[in-house]
Amino acid sequence: MSMTANPALTPVKDRAAAARLGRRRKRADALARGLSLAATGIGLVFLASILATLFVKGFGALNLSVFTEVTRPPGSNGGLLNAITGSLLQVALATVIGTPIGMLVGTFLAEYARGSAFGNVVRFVSDILLSAPSILIGLFVYQLLVLPFGGFSGWAGVAALSIIIIPIVVRTTEDMLSLIPNTLREAVIGLGAPKWKMIVLVCWKSAVSGIITGVLLGIARIAGETAPLLFTSLGNNAWSTDLSGPMPSLPITIYSYAGSPFQDWIELAWAGALLITLAVLLLNILARSLLRRGP
Amino acid sequence: MSPPSDSATRDAAAASQPASFGGMQARSAAALNQTARIAVRNLDFFYGDNRALKEISFDLPERQVTGMIGPSGCGKSTLLRVLNRMYSLYPGQRATGEVLMDGQNILDADVDINALRAKVGMVFQKPTPFPMTIYDNIAFGVRLHEQLSKAQMDERVEWALTRAALWGEAKDRLTSSAMGMSGGQQQRLCIARTIAVRPEVILFDEPTSALDPISTLKIEELIDELKRDFTIAIVTHNMQQAARCADQVAFFYLGELIEIAPAGQLFTAPRHQRTQEYITGRFG
Repeated sequence: MSMTANPALTPVKDRAAAARLGRRRKRADALARGLSLAATGIGLVFLASILATLFVKGFGALNLSVFTEVTRPPGSNGGLLNAITGSLLQVALATVIGTPIGMLVGTFLAEYARGSAFGNVVRFVSDILLSAPSILIGLFVYQLLVLPFGGFSGWAGVAALSIIIIPIVVRTTEDMLSLIPNTLREAVIGLGAPKWKMIVLVCWKSAVSGIITGVLLGIARIAGETAPLLFTSLGNNAWSTDLSGPMPSLPITIYSYAGSPFQDWIELAWAGALLITLAVLLLNILARSLLRRGP
Repeated sequence: MSPPSDSATRDAAAASQPASFGGMQARSAAALNQTARIAVRNLDFFYGDNRALKEISFDLPERQVTGMIGPSGCGKSTLLRVLNRMYSLYPGQRATGEVLMDGQNILDADVDINALRAKVGMVFQKPTPFPMTIYDNIAFGVRLHEQLSKAQMDERVEWALTRAALWGEAKDRLTSSAMGMSGGQQQRLCIARTIAVRPEVILFDEPTSALDPISTLKIEELIDELKRDFTIAIVTHNMQQAARCADQVAFFYLGELIEIAPAGQLFTAPRHQRTQEYITGRFG
């Protein structure tokens, strides 16, 4: 390196060298582009093959009795009605319990604890919970609600799913509230409004579509969870809406049927997998269209 | 005083000439000798350890417009945010000294801040419509402080929108979202929202810096109209605006109030070197 003339700052003199440099950059660009395309292609091939298999086998196994019959012993033409109902019940209750808690924690982080040490700790813990293996949450609830209360129950399943959805709602609520410009808050405060009215009447209203999106994505996530239910609601081959006893669910039924040696059970597992996938797809589309529409 | 009527020359002046302050001499010093609506005495302000305002003392005369000018960071917006205790939202910001209104120091800890803000309204730099209907935007502040019947509220909304010169444009779309209005309309909506609470003092923090010249003109005319009923303080970066709107102008520099004088005097015969340099554009 010369001290007097920095080559990067002097005008190009050697045109041939400049042309070589240009060709080298074009080759590097082509290489990077090719690698990116190849990686995208590999990802898409796997995704497409999973979906294609699921759709072919799932739609092949789908018929009316899937929705009208409960699970039966192999060879007796059962359906998934109890599993579907159990899943809907547990997911709905977990959402109803988890959403207000998650919203309030997210609101606390965004409106009351911004920049505070305690807020940072809460945010950190919530983020860890967000990425914690769900089987750990299942085991936690097993220790807390299954062992002391004498057995597997739908309520334990609801608790496990609530714990999973809470950090998702916390994160989206905080993110959406953080997008609101401070000037809007000051405008509300400037009219003489107490802070809680500012939050409830203006901030939540501004962030509502984003928060609903987060809740929908959270529902999509817990609808497919299997591991936390293994240790909590366990599964049940009979019709049951009694949350104090073991409760069937789609993911658990898929888990146990897919690994069975019976052809009709395996087909039911495919049908169940297709139903969950379609439900998650629908929730995602709904969430995206909500977010695009904005507040 | 009536607002200057020659709008064409106003815009031309805003666009080109640095100092065309026609029609302003009419606002004589004599007009300022009125009762102070707010009296600021020995005000110091701190962002943490950083002293942003130093020993500020001045009066906001009743039903007059006080313009606040000065380079960025001089403390003029900070001062405005003291007058409605907006700074209290943020831990680490504090004010010492006295800001007297109705015989009370509004800096005292036991002041009812929400009641104070109902008396001292604020309009911000950027329009801040709430995500609700035009009607509800106006009614929002009123509902915080008064319980009105539907008919009374309708009347109040119409009154506020009329005062903000927005009734004609808004009356047929009261139930549609305020977010769909133009920037200038949104800013007039914010003014309507502020006056709907029926404050005594209105603080304008660079209310036109995000607006086009036509909307700016409308807001300036509005301020001139509003001072018949309200005491007004306006922070502005635009010296023509201060000259057009204000009865008295205060010049701030590095947290100090350098000079406060009737607009005509401050812009034509400033007493201080710094003021002279600033208004002639030599710094800032």
